[in-house]
Amino acid sequence: MQSGSEGTPLLKTVGLTKVFGEVKACNGIDLSIAPGEIHALLGENGAGKSTLVKMMFGVLDPSEGEILWKGQPVRIGSPGEARRLGIGMVFQHFSLFEALTAAENIALVLEEKTPISKIAETARKLSVDYGLPLDPNSMVGDLSVGERQRIEIIRCLLQKPDLIILDEPTSVLTPQEANKMFETLERLKAEGKSILYISHRLDEVKRLCDTATVLRHGKVVGHCVPREETASSLANMMVGSDVETVKREGAVPEFGKPLIEIRNLERPPATPFSIPLRGIDLTVRAGEIVGIAGVAGNGQGEFFEAVSGEATQKRADIVSLNGQDCGDKGISGRRILGVGFVPEERLGHGAVPSLPLSENMLLSRHRTDAKSMLGPFGFVRNAAVRSASKRVIGEMDVRKTAEDPEAAALSGGNLQKYLIGRELDRQPAVMIVDQPTWGVDAGAAARIRKALIALARSGSAVLVISQDLDELFEISDSIAVMHDGRLSEPVPIAEATYEKIGLLMGGAEPGHMAFEGVKEEAGA
Amino acid sequence: MDIFQSVLLTIATASTPLLLAAIGELVVERSGVLNLGVEGMMVIGAVCAFAAAYLSGNPWIGVIAGIVAGAVLSLLFGVLALSLATNQVATGLSLTLLGIGLSGMIGENFVGRAGARLPNLDIPVLTDLPLVGRLVFGQDPLFYVSIALTAAVMWFLFRTRTGLTLRAIGDNHKSAHALGINVLKYRYLAVMFGGACAGLAGAHLSLVYTPQWVENMTAGRGWIALALVVFASWRPWRVIGGAYLFGAVTIGQLHAQALGFGIPSQLLSSLPYLATIVVLVLISRDRRLTVMNTPASLAQPFVPDR
Repeated sequence: MQSGSEGTPLLKTVGLTKVFGEVKACNGIDLSIAPGEIHALLGENGAGKSTLVKMMFGVLDPSEGEILWKGQPVRIGSPGEARRLGIGMVFQHFSLFEALTAAENIALVLEEKTPISKIAETARKLSVDYGLPLDPNSMVGDLSVGERQRIEIIRCLLQKPDLIILDEPTSVLTPQEANKMFETLERLKAEGKSILYISHRLDEVKRLCDTATVLRHGKVVGHCVPREETASSLANMMVGSDVETVKREGAVPEFGKPLIEIRNLERPPATPFSIPLRGIDLTVRAGEIVGIAGVAGNGQGEFFEAVSGEATQKRADIVSLNGQDCGDKGISGRRILGVGFVPEERLGHGAVPSLPLSENMLLSRHRTDAKSMLGPFGFVRNAAVRSASKRVIGEMDVRKTAEDPEAAALSGGNLQKYLIGRELDRQPAVMIVDQPTWGVDAGAAARIRKALIALARSGSAVLVISQDLDELFEISDSIAVMHDGRLSEPVPIAEATYEKIGLLMGGAEPGHMAFEGVKEEAGA
Repeated sequence: MDIFQSVLLTIATASTPLLLAAIGELVVERSGVLNLGVEGMMVIGAVCAFAAAYLSGNPWIGVIAGIVAGAVLSLLFGVLALSLATNQVATGLSLTLLGIGLSGMIGENFVGRAGARLPNLDIPVLTDLPLVGRLVFGQDPLFYVSIALTAAVMWFLFRTRTGLTLRAIGDNHKSAHALGINVLKYRYLAVMFGGACAGLAGAHLSLVYTPQWVENMTAGRGWIALALVVFASWRPWRVIGGAYLFGAVTIGQLHAQALGFGIPSQLLSSLPYLATIVVLVLISRDRRLTVMNTPASLAQPFVPDR
């Protein structure tokens, strides 16, 4: 094989395989990336995309197969070696250090002994040059997710890579921020760099990418040119069958009396890195589903904590659930009123990873179901707990390998079905869910969305916080947007468009001048 | 004036071992490792230093023996807590128990022997300067080492690229690994530096502070050193302040007892520990500063996924 000749791919994998225990996360992956192209890697969550790129970047060792770089077989033993070859990566969950400044974060990966002040200057210049302004001396912990991503990208560019791997870069950006990033990527392509673009957003891939490789269950199911495909043909390739979309049936329902009322909720930042909540008002009526959209890290987590009672309010009348003021009550106090909560983090927050499902059941319901689950002197009625657990498993079609497995042994989708089912089983009058289908496969996601819609139709009020706009458009009756700790007026679904919501996510006010044109989102 | 000067001198002598052990542990904790075995490494350092100095007749050989002994014991901690990813708290505690037991055994034949004391610095003219001469130019060599070491650690952590990498590992070892930094290598080196410093602190006790071997002679100084690191919110220059504050309280309560204040001596001896608690409460009030300086991955075992 000659190197450097015309037509030699920049990077090629041959039969690349990674085995974790019994599971083949990647199974004989063949892929080749030409110089100067934007190559998409498509697939559902758990299809093996992240595992594949981690092998390319030297974070994981392949079990079998090889990687050819500019025609030469290479063994990439560490990210440092990958970087020396000319491979740069922007991680999905950022690899930044919160207690260090942007410049220090960048300096960490540059091997030469340039002083930090000089690196800061270069980074500032480069960031302005590419339209991604950043302040090198700011502490990363204080920055928004979009700004953090800029640091990641600038850090990657400063290493002058030939191939840039981007792992779901737009999942944390507003549509406008994403547009800006696409411009940067086009420019990099024009400079002759190759980009491996991982995403499950088909519109982006169709618009941006020259070629695509589709993965399913760890295998390559097809190579294609995204521009020649339709979004639904790409989706079918990813999922393997026609995607089931959840539809709300029947006429627009009548909404009943307000079951969630939040009045001027304020919360100072709990940690240096969290967002303060500023004057949030919201009403959700019986039978209604309200979705809360927003770019990650704009106060959604803080809002959920305040509504669920993890953080209590000073006055009872700030939060009223199921007709009762409960701002001063904690989680159990609010649950007893007939409210169900499902937090964002499944393991460690929604469930104790090392405890079996039945004990996790007891942990969230020992107060609300004290009569059935606890006996005299507070002894646990194990039989009752187990039968409730079984009921949920049957109802939500939770796939498991053991009779009563540990929470950590379930896949993300199945555990999420269990956690949602655990709350639904009580038929709550009010249900509040943070990221109901984050990292969940399409089948489980559809099941969860259906269950939430069914709950609302039966007369409960449902509040869904999600970063997945498609999901919110699918299930919500109206969508409110959280930005910088403020919540917009809910937009009825009939009037909501992606553009409108996207602008609100970027911080524009409806009716405001900036709302009409695209708002310039400048950082420092 | 003479009394004043001698009080200051004893405070410096009492503070030096605290400073040495604490500055070592600070580097360890900045790398994200919590080694609660400081007391154990210190006491092993003390007995080995005394034994080597006694047998060779040269206190400098004792100093080297103390450093090596502390580092070797910390290496044991490293193998368990880093390579085998055991619980760092439990491992550190057992290291202390091991150190105390082992030092009693090694030191059995040295109890009550007169040791070799490390001589104080004595520069003609300078040391005899009035007022400051003894304080600045006439102390034991390890006093100067402790100050120089603190300055060096400060420079290393905040002025060098390697120090930046160490702090980054302490902040987030997963990200550091993803960037291709060899997390375990850095942590091993940090842990051994901490061990060597604790051993040196022990050597100071048995070669300078009280040049003899008494079982369990560290008497909880390792624990104070650990508290000092938190007290200083992981910043080196504050460790100096903290160490000298504790040294002053320790010496102060001795003098208070000598002057016959009507306070029970037990209460006075507990002052340094009470002061630790008060200071810990005070510094935890400023959450922002604490979060910015606390190594976020402290005491979390790291297993690279390969």
